[in-house]
Amino acid sequence: MKPIFAIVVSAAVFGIAVVGSAKVRQSPNSDYAALAEAPKPAKEKKNPFAGDPEAVAAGGKLFEQHCSECHGPKAGGTRRGVSLLREEVQQATPGALFWILTNGVVRRGMPVWSKLPEQERWQIVTFLESLKSPALSSESVALPAAKLSTGNRRQ
Amino acid sequence: MRALCRAVRRESPPSVLIALFCLPFLFTPFLFAQESPYIVTYDHYLEEPGSLEVEYFSTFGTQRGGNDFDAFWTEFEYGATAWWTTELYLDGQTTFSDSTIFTGFRIENRLRLLNREHIVNPVLYIEYENTSGADKIVKEVEGHDVESDYTPPNGVLRREHDHELEMKLLLSSTFKGWNVAVNPIFTKNLLPSEPWEFAYAIGASRPLALKASPNYCNLCRENFIAGVEMYGGLGDAQSAGLHDTSHYLASLVAWNLPSDWTLRLSSGLGLNDNSHRLLLRWGLSREFSGFGEVVRHLFGGRP
Repeated sequence: MKPIFAIVVSAAVFGIAVVGSAKVRQSPNSDYAALAEAPKPAKEKKNPFAGDPEAVAAGGKLFEQHCSECHGPKAGGTRRGVSLLREEVQQATPGALFWILTNGVVRRGMPVWSKLPEQERWQIVTFLESLKSPALSSESVALPAAKLSTGNRRQ
Repeated sequence: MRALCRAVRRESPPSVLIALFCLPFLFTPFLFAQESPYIVTYDHYLEEPGSLEVEYFSTFGTQRGGNDFDAFWTEFEYGATAWWTTELYLDGQTTFSDSTIFTGFRIENRLRLLNREHIVNPVLYIEYENTSGADKIVKEVEGHDVESDYTPPNGVLRREHDHELEMKLLLSSTFKGWNVAVNPIFTKNLLPSEPWEFAYAIGASRPLALKASPNYCNLCRENFIAGVEMYGGLGDAQSAGLHDTSHYLASLVAWNLPSDWTLRLSSGLGLNDNSHRLLLRWGLSREFSGFGEVVRHLFGGRP
């Protein structure tokens, strides 16, 4: 194989990957459906940090670092990721949220996050739960995620 | 990278091509990376969709019977989807008291095979490499690769051209903060006369803290991931086994900074007489989130 040919082929693959990864979002409702796929034992798992304000703050920091790019700085969703303020998420059990974080929704664009240690994933779950509980919200602990709003913005 | 790109934009028209390449970086936000410390071994985690990670690595190697060297490579790693990552490598090296040369390029694709997390998670890795015999990044030690292969001067080594197809099965598992990854490697030089070569890479790593602190900090233990990796050749289809092979054991650490940079350090020791005594590596990387989206917009793609 001639080098120039190989370079062209390689560049083409890279280019196709960049341009071709354009994703036309399908119905966001089917994204939420993945929550229902969590097995029962996973759904019933208890959050070890439930009610812990420090975990809310740490989870808010982790959310900003790893999740806000797709789900929006206020968790209200973007073109790349669904709103986490919708009732489908807010009414999901902590275990179901943890399961989604761990397993992702790979075929629909959400990567697996098991590379974050288990405790950090629970901290993110704690933060997500705080969005429906003003008493525990990040605003009350005045920490990095304090700029998050808790309005229920629908897509 | 942004500063560099801005500087290039101020430069003369011949820099247009570089500026075109840099343009997307000016509009892409940075993303906090949680990178593993592995340099040779791969775990099963792919690049986030739409993100581009730019990485620079350097390897200092000792060379008995020849001149020590510093081999370096740049990686552009792009998350095409949540199950497909594609990557371009550009390799080069400086052999002390000899010369500095470009040694070739590689393009790799990693495909996640299963939708969900399992005890062991398989990822298929396929790489095409077009390198010269002077390539010294020692990122994969295959077949009967040994230290003495690198002894001749660059002028001699660069005459050899390798067109290889490399396949790996990346098996990786994460449990209680520990990641363990095992990569069997199969390489075929595209010349029909060349046999399949075999190799392995094994790694284990763990963050120094499993719980995040509520504050942003550079030196928090959670930002550090330590690990160890071992890699080497396993012979080829005509003479498989450990004879005339080289092997390395390396300690690793990755420092994931809140400012979006990741620094990796690795100190590798040769485990037998066929190995370089020492391979010291460092790498710096930064992730650009939403790169794909910016590129599509630049080319008139649908918002």
